[in-house]
This record gives sequence, C-alpha cells and structure tokens, in this order.
Amino acid sequence: MNFSSWGRYPKAIGKEISYKWRHDLFPKADGRSILPVGCGRSYGDSCLNNNANILHISPLNRLINFDDETGILKCEGGVTLDEILKFAVPRGWFLPVTPGTKFVTVGGAIANDVHGKNHHHCGTFGNFVESFELLRSDQSRTICSKNSSAELFSATIGGLGLTGVIVWAEIKLKKIKSSKINTSSIKFNSIDDFLEISKAESRKYEYTVSWLDCLSSNTQGRGIFMGGNHSEDGLLKPHKNGILSVPLDFPEFALGNLSMKAFNLAYFHKQRSSEVSSVSHYDPFFYPLDFVLNWNKIYGKRGFFQFQCVISESAIKELLDIIIKSGSGSFLAVLKEFGNIESPGLLSFPCPGITLALDFANRGERTLALLKKLDEFIYKSGGKIYPAKDATMSSVSFKKYYSNWHELEKLRDPVINSSFWQRVTKE
Amino acid sequence: MEHKKILVLGATSSIAIETDKLFANAGADFYLAARNKDQLETIAQDLRTRGSSVYTHCIDLKDPSIHSALINSAHQKLGRIDIIFLAYGILPEQKECETDQQALLDAMNVNFLSPASILLESVPILESQKSGTIVAISSVAGDRGRKSNFIYGSAKAGLTTFLAGLRNKLSPSGVHVVTVLPGFVDTKMTEHLPKNKLFAKPAEIGNGIVNAVNKKKDVVYLPWFWIFIMMIIRNIPEKIFKKMNL
Repeated sequence: MNFSSWGRYPKAIGKEISYKWRHDLFPKADGRSILPVGCGRSYGDSCLNNNANILHISPLNRLINFDDETGILKCEGGVTLDEILKFAVPRGWFLPVTPGTKFVTVGGAIANDVHGKNHHHCGTFGNFVESFELLRSDQSRTICSKNSSAELFSATIGGLGLTGVIVWAEIKLKKIKSSKINTSSIKFNSIDDFLEISKAESRKYEYTVSWLDCLSSNTQGRGIFMGGNHSEDGLLKPHKNGILSVPLDFPEFALGNLSMKAFNLAYFHKQRSSEVSSVSHYDPFFYPLDFVLNWNKIYGKRGFFQFQCVISESAIKELLDIIIKSGSGSFLAVLKEFGNIESPGLLSFPCPGITLALDFANRGERTLALLKKLDEFIYKSGGKIYPAKDATMSSVSFKKYYSNWHELEKLRDPVINSSFWQRVTKE
Repeated sequence: MEHKKILVLGATSSIAIETDKLFANAGADFYLAARNKDQLETIAQDLRTRGSSVYTHCIDLKDPSIHSALINSAHQKLGRIDIIFLAYGILPEQKECETDQQALLDAMNVNFLSPASILLESVPILESQKSGTIVAISSVAGDRGRKSNFIYGSAKAGLTTFLAGLRNKLSPSGVHVVTVLPGFVDTKMTEHLPKNKLFAKPAEIGNGIVNAVNKKKDVVYLPWFWIFIMMIIRNIPEKIFKKMNL
C-alpha cells in the first residue's frame, strides 16, 4: 500500500502491520525491516520505510494509570496528545511540553523529542518522560528510565523509533488552574528588533513564539512576537475537535506567490497597535493549524517541504536573506529562541540558538536546489536541521549535525529501520 | 453526580471500547463481560484511570446456560442496571456458512439466539426497576437479505425485530430499547476486508450511540447517511434485487 508523511513527499510503498494490544509479540520479520509509526505527522521520511514494513502503533491507545498527586500519567504509546488533553484538562492538568499539533502519539513525541513554545523555560518533551517500556524484535521488554537501562532510555528519546516499540510511557503532567492562556503580541519590524524583544520579554512568559513574514519586500524581517502564560481564572474546559477538513488536494495555483503574500500582509496588519494583550483558550494558542484537519492538502498533490533549523544569532540574518531572496517561502515562518536546558535524548534537536521553521511548496528542482543551499548554509554556520521535518538533508550534513549518531546506530534494533535513517547514514 | 451503571456484553468489541470511554468521561461504572482475559483487563484499567469502578467477567456469551447467573452477578455488583450495552457479534464467512453447518449454527447463535436469550434474562430486573436502557448493536445488513451476506444479515434481521418487540413490551415499564444499525465500520470484525470511504471509525459510532442513549432514540442508523442508503436498498423491487450483485 501507499504511505505518505505529512509533507506528502517523498512517496513510499510497503506493507502495514498493526500492533494492537500491549501484551502482543513484536511481529515476525519477513526479511524486510519494520518501522513503528504513530500518527505519521512527521513531514519528511522519518516516518516512512520504503519497500518495507510499517508497524502501526496507534491501536495502543489506552490509559493505564494516573496519579493525581504527582501528575504522572502512565499510558500506552499510541495515546495521542489530543486524548491526553481531553483527559487531563478537566482534572486540572496539562501537557508539560507540546509541539504545534496535538495529533501525535506519546511514542512519536518521545521518538522525536518534541519541543514547544516553552523550550526556553523547561526544555523538551524528553525532560518529562519518567520511564517507558521498550519492546524489541527479540521479544525483550525493557523498562527504561534515567536510572535503569539509561543508555537505551537516552537513545530512544529523539531516537526516531529505531530502538523499539514504546509500549507504554510515564509522563509527568503539569498542574494548571485554567484552560485559558493570557497572551501578549508585540509587532517587530526587523530581526534585530525581534532579538531585542525576545531577550527582554522571554523571561516574562512561559510560552513564546514569533511569526515572521518571509515574503514581504521588507527584507529586514517583520513579524509578531507572542508570549503566553497560563491564566489563573479557574475554568478548566477541554478543547473540542475541529470539524473543518480539506476534502481534496488544492490545485497548485491556490498557493501562488500573490495569494500567500496577501495572506501574510493581512495577518501582519490584523494587529493594529504594536502591542496587544488578550486571553485565549489553549487550543488556538498552541494549535492554530489543528482547527483544519488535513491542512496539508492545501499544498496539493505534490506536497511540500517543511524546513526547521536551529542556528546562531549571528547567522540568522544571512539565512533569512537567502530565504527571502528566493521568494519561495510560504505563509508565515515560525521563529523562536531556544533555551539551554539539556535534553536526556541522544539525538535531540534543540540547542541554544534561534530556531526557524517554514514550509516550501514542492515546485520540483527549484525547491530541492534551495533546500540544498539551506542545508549547506546550516552546515557552514554550525547549526542543525530537525529530523522530524526533514526530507532532504545530506548524509554528510546529518553526520555533522548529530555527531553521536553511531551511538544510536549501535542501539538500533536490527529489524527496525526507516527511509530517513537509510538516507542519512549511508556512506 | 451519580454514576450510570452499565453492563457491557462483548466489552472487547471495537465499538464498545470507544463507546465505554465516552460513558466513562460522563461518569459511569461498568460490569464488563468478554472472552479474552488480557484484553478485558487492559480495557478495564483504561476505564478505571478515567475514574470508573469496573468489574470484569471473563466468559463466552455464546453459552445460554450462563446468562441468568451473569445478569444476576452484574445486578448484584453494580447495585442496579442503568444500561445494558449489547455489543458482541461475529461476521462469518458467508461461503463457509453455506456448506459448514457448525459455522452456520455458530453465526446464528452468537448474532441472534444468544442476544435474545440474555436480554430476556434481564427483563425482570429492568421491569422491577421501572427504569433502564437496553442498547444493542444490530446492523444495516439485517435490513435486506442479499446473497453476499445473508447468514449474518438474517441473524441481525432477527435481532432487529426482537429488539422492536422488546421495545414494545418494555415501554409501559419505562424501560427504553435502542436499536443501533451501523453500516460499514473499521473494527476487529472487518479487519480482513478492504476498506473504502464508506467505512466509519469506531469512535464515530461510539459518539452516535451515547447520543442515542441520552436522547432516548428508538432506532438509529450510524453514521446518519445509512438511513438513506438502506431506504433505497429496501425499496428496490424484489424482481430487480434478486438479479443484483450487492
């Protein structure tokens, strides 16, 4: 059958096996490798395993135990962050770290060591994983934590599913008093402006993120800095899932340059004054795109690339210059200053610096050439690219960005592999 | 808030699993009956994490001799029965049932005879309570006999008519009967079948069931559009239908 990731590029074919009950055996290998996959929301090929097998772990979706004193939730690896929120919010708890979509599994969140708007405040998801059970192809089940099977614990966090199936995990949730977020939005007109605001304001907010217009002729880089804190007002209302869904692939002209420029212009000018405060429910603050299911179809059949890197302050302007001059970026780019809290994960992506994430519609060779140029620039400047989003970084780059990759390779389950891993580790 | 007391027959059914989560979120306690001990315990643990009290009973509901004891045990443990949720069934291989008598009898038994027997066992308790809801999963397959599926279809047709009769009988006592008629659903039962756009997810059906129970609906097609599909299917003249390949 056909498989695709969120960016719908590259395409992959293979066989799907389902893993349904946590006491089931690891499936028998048929000579080809197996890759455990949850919601498949990675953008590139880290959730693909071309010409081989995908082990669908979403059926592992049961809760096991919740301790309402410590906030530790034990649940199966296929439980989604969406389900955790629906369970936890009414009880006064929240995800300690959340990526930009709630439609990912706990297993996926661990395997990519996801980060969120509060990275500067408390680091990655891996910092809140107490333990998990790892099932490998030799049928061994190992309970991993900082103090037990620590090497496997560390290799699995950010390990892209390569070390085994995360059958269950214990996550430490965060106590909240309200489902609302107090937000502040500040406009900026240049990257220097952004850096100044980020440095001055970030410590006031648990959550920060900035939206950057990559298409405007204002090549200084204009955008909006957003900060948020949990409200104290006492109402604990969980979110409701959006019912809007993109029913078909949009034609390519839908995301032509003019339409995207117009969108960005409107978005930037929506906020009239330079600084605005408001209160919003957690759902649109953390998950603005989740409201439209299947929004990736807006990019049409050819799909798109998402590029996310972390780079030093001194290099960010030049990077933006390359992107803006190409005229290829779409919509808003996300910009954020990472903190310096270390992750327990071996191959973790975030490190001190500025992270930039944006989409590029797949326009064929032109886009691939641009991504190659960006990869080369990141390589030269000592930055990194995020595997969860990547479909194109070279293996030379990968080995520099993640110089301890062979430690993960040593602990990789011999039956498990992925299109991404094969691409980036080849000689 | 008082928890609803729910007896679930066939608790490891894909649809029952999703429906029970929703009942649990609204505050419910359960008595779960199913054949597979490990799966039963896994599901019970999930519901307990959601705040429900859960009793489990590992048993094969095919055997009518255990029905009376099961109903009484559930009543005794839960204190009362607010909802009986009948969710067990098997989708047999039509061709196999046409030649293998045991396969035929099993299909009729599990899908019709056993449900009829166990639901009748529950009548005295529900009538004396003067309250309660029976919600049973039948199927659109029971709406018309067609060559690809009439063993399953006729058993479900029997169940649908049985439920209608039971609804009529229990109406004076204030006991309500909901007949759930799902179309194609992506579950354990259909995992061997190729899927298409018509297949609904169990959670969607679960939502429909909770809604039907809360609103005291009598007969509900899930998802909603099957009511129109079956209206058409039912009204095709037999002269034409008998030549079709549905």
